Amino acid sequence: MTSLVSLLPLSGGADIPLVSPDTGAGGVFDLLWLVIAFPLLGALILLVVAPMTRGSLQVQMEKKGHLIGTAAALASFLLSLVLFAALIGRGADERQVGQHLFTWFETGSISVGMDLLYDQLAALFLLLITGVGFLIHVYSIGYMEHDPRRRRFFAYLNLFVAAMLTLVLSANFLGLFLGWEGVGLASYLLIGFWQHKPSAAAAAKKAFVMNRVGDIGISLAISLMFATFGTTDFSQVSAMTADADQSTLNVLGLLLLLGACGKSAQVPLQSWLLDAMEGPTPVSALIHAATMVTAGVYLIVRSNFIFDLAPIAQTAVVIVATVTLLWGAIIGCAKDDIKKALAGSTMSQIGYMMLAAGLGPVGYPFAIFHLLTHGFFKANMFLGAGSLMHGMDDEVDMRRYGALSKAMPVTFLTFAMGYLAIIGFPGFSGFWSKDKIIESAMADNLLIGVLALVGAGITGFYMTRLMLMTFFTEKRWNENAHPHESPRVITVPLMVLAALSVLSGALLAGNWIVEWLEPVTGRAVHHEPPLPALVITVLISVVVAIGVAAAWFLVAKRDIPRTAPQDVSFLTTAARADLYGDAINDVVVIGPGAALVGGLTTLDRVGVDGVVEGGSLAVGGISNAMRRLQNGYVRSYALSLLGGALLVVLALLAVNLG
Amino acid sequence: MTFWILATVMVVAALGILFARKAVHAALLLAVVMISLAVLYAVLEAPFLFAVQIIVYTGAILMLFLFVMMLIGVDAADSTVETIRGQRGMAIVLGLAFGSVLVIGLSQVTLGTVVGLEEANAGGNVEEIANILFSHYVFAFEATSALLITAALGAMVLAHRERLTPKPGQAEMAAQRMRDYADSGKHLGPLPSPGVYARHNAVDTPALLPDGTAAESSVSRVLAARGTVRSAPALADDIVDVRRQLGDDPTQMPDPSGVSGAPASTEEDVK
Amino acid sequence: MTHYVVLSAILFTIGCVGVLTRRNAIVVFMCVELMLNACNLAFVAFARQHGNLDGQIAAFFVMVVAAAEVVIGLAIIMTIFRTRRSISVDDASLLKY
Repeated sequence: MTSLVSLLPLSGGADIPLVSPDTGAGGVFDLLWLVIAFPLLGALILLVVAPMTRGSLQVQMEKKGHLIGTAAALASFLLSLVLFAALIGRGADERQVGQHLFTWFETGSISVGMDLLYDQLAALFLLLITGVGFLIHVYSIGYMEHDPRRRRFFAYLNLFVAAMLTLVLSANFLGLFLGWEGVGLASYLLIGFWQHKPSAAAAAKKAFVMNRVGDIGISLAISLMFATFGTTDFSQVSAMTADADQSTLNVLGLLLLLGACGKSAQVPLQSWLLDAMEGPTPVSALIHAATMVTAGVYLIVRSNFIFDLAPIAQTAVVIVATVTLLWGAIIGCAKDDIKKALAGSTMSQIGYMMLAAGLGPVGYPFAIFHLLTHGFFKANMFLGAGSLMHGMDDEVDMRRYGALSKAMPVTFLTFAMGYLAIIGFPGFSGFWSKDKIIESAMADNLLIGVLALVGAGITGFYMTRLMLMTFFTEKRWNENAHPHESPRVITVPLMVLAALSVLSGALLAGNWIVEWLEPVTGRAVHHEPPLPALVITVLISVVVAIGVAAAWFLVAKRDIPRTAPQDVSFLTTAARADLYGDAINDVVVIGPGAALVGGLTTLDRVGVDGVVEGGSLAVGGISNAMRRLQNGYVRSYALSLLGGALLVVLALLAVNLG
Repeated sequence: MTFWILATVMVVAALGILFARKAVHAALLLAVVMISLAVLYAVLEAPFLFAVQIIVYTGAILMLFLFVMMLIGVDAADSTVETIRGQRGMAIVLGLAFGSVLVIGLSQVTLGTVVGLEEANAGGNVEEIANILFSHYVFAFEATSALLITAALGAMVLAHRERLTPKPGQAEMAAQRMRDYADSGKHLGPLPSPGVYARHNAVDTPALLPDGTAAESSVSRVLAARGTVRSAPALADDIVDVRRQLGDDPTQMPDPSGVSGAPASTEEDVK
Repeated sequence: MTHYVVLSAILFTIGCVGVLTRRNAIVVFMCVELMLNACNLAFVAFARQHGNLDGQIAAFFVMVVAAAEVVIGLAIIMTIFRTRRSISVDDASLLKY
């Protein structure tokens, strides 16, 4: 680890900005809490009040409940827009607004408030969560139309939005953890929404358990913060980290990274994300592509005052990110299930974000930038996949697709926008965001940069493969499949997201997002990349083109069998098995864990119980022998008494006369 | 001198309690020990205790023993067979060890000069005891009164027997007799009276049935238990005696042993 | 005075052995009384030894307690005899393993 630390020159010397929110901003900022309150209220109405209603009101709730949920998301989105406008209206150095709602709890010297922090970072997240969230609400109206439990689905969606907003708006780590657990709960409920399917129930359980592993990291980090700083407020912690012990900060950083790994499906806690695709597609788009899984990136960017001073933790972030971005990409190459291929892609793209976040102040804005663009184009593609499933009778196997561009033109076109964005076609949003990350990585460390570059090539390959297998090549449909375009309620969100996929690269225009986030992430000290920026950009495009071409030759030029061939290379087999993520978990954690528990159980049964029961058996045996002395004859007892008296008298004599 | 005589008597009497087979004998021997003890109290300048020992112990407690023995039955003699294995031997060994240890231990002790009670008894033994008892020990004394009351109540409770069925009247008893006769052929009338030949106190002599055998039910069970019932062969001797007294020739009579085959009731029959 | 105490010890031991060997509950009781009396003798002897009447008071209390004990003890013996038709202490041996 130390050698790697020296390999990676860190952005030392950058001044880390303090978090010092202005709590007296007034005006529209006093309504900040409403952003969370709207979806929370929606969830309460749909989840608690609706089941208590009777008669026609209940029928109305079941039939029109989704409108309440959508309205709540829309209200939050509109308020976020107003807030964003108000924030822009303030001076560049006054854009941290705080709001103290109430004291959450107070014990001893520890006092935790329910405080909100609205700054440049939170503002972007608010727009992403409520904007994409609202679009997906609208989409779900169509997608879940025939589901008898649609009201409950929207309640969970609202609950998720409220929790996610709590996560990004909280002004302390404990509040963040509250939201963190809230999104975990919502994710669990939504992955297992079709709980009648055993695979969905198992996937929900798996996601929940693996997230708990990450949550242990966060709760330990919070405890450590209380122990070290006595508080978890961003403002106070950021003021104290400069003087804190570096090893403490390293431990804190590693613990936070563990939490981020769990939530963002990074190696080694990555395996739940692929299974999470059992949930309804809007859930995959909202939670497992656009918002929740990026919470780990948010956590690291938000904790920049810790990570900037914790080189070991930062290095760990970079390593984890690099491994994950290749890992996810390789899995994405081999999957035939369109949602799982996209999930592998998500894993890989979050790897890019984490990589940027691990680079320090120079990477934070690009991490957030890529997070936003990814949120748009990946949500777009997931929703597009949902639209495909809608038209193909819930078929997810790409080997049963093919030549769908004619049958579903709107879906095809919007999907193509997302495709071009993710592979980084020049001009599209992904081009700008990924380019910047690879460039920064190269400037930091050539090896990491090259690996990220390779990842971009693989991205080009698997996304092209997905496109070709789905929309081109010959028909391989099921016999009674009648693909048809989805209704407006589904296609309109697709179009909006496609537009955003194309255009959100504009956020980088004039270096806007970097300057916008600078008060939060700190001014970066730029290292000169080993090659000129333009050369790197061209290089990336060439590598992506190679990946696309490889896919063209390997997929489009050959026949695609309707069932997956079995005589394939080892790498393909491994990738189909999620690179043996579950097997590794089995061997590394579950096997030893089961053996340990078995051993402990045996030890407990044989050792502890043996001593206890052996003791009782010995006592019982001795008692059994001794009870023969209790023969019931009074005279026999009296004889013992006389013997005792004799001994006492002898003792007396021995003492007095001896 | 008084001590040595009384000590010998007491030890002998106490050993007698150990070996007496009958409880009554044990009680009488205990009375001997207690009276001797009373005399020793007198020798030890304790005239009040002398009186109390005689009145309370010998007069009351020992009488109580005798009353209980009377209620329970004097015929219950101790069997000499030891039931608990090793008990008697161990008791003797331990007892001897205990006694000898006590005696040896005590003989090692020098008690010093005897102070005597002349001074303490100056105002009269009873008065002095009363002085101490009603001043220093008054609470203990009051406690003994409570103890005695409790003991009296306890004895009453223990001795009381709840009647579970109504007391049978003459009519019920007559009916019961008839039922017994019907069921088992038990004799209806009064038991036969003893003492056919009233040569002496004939209560211990069973009546003879027409065939010359003794009627066991004609003598008291208690006499049978004591073993003082005269047997049939003795009765035969009586017949011979009577005849001789009357001047008859015994040889003219048939052999009495041939007709009085059944012996009079013995201890086994009672059990 | 030692011989009085020795006599008391001998009587006490005889009472002990009587309790251990005799089975008739009444005789066992008598032996207990013998032991109590032996103790009384020691009390009275020591009272004279020390010129102090407290020993006699103690003997007096022992007599009172013995009287109460005899009353209750004999009542118990009678009750047992009434139900079991026996006063052998060995017969009441059900309270065992």
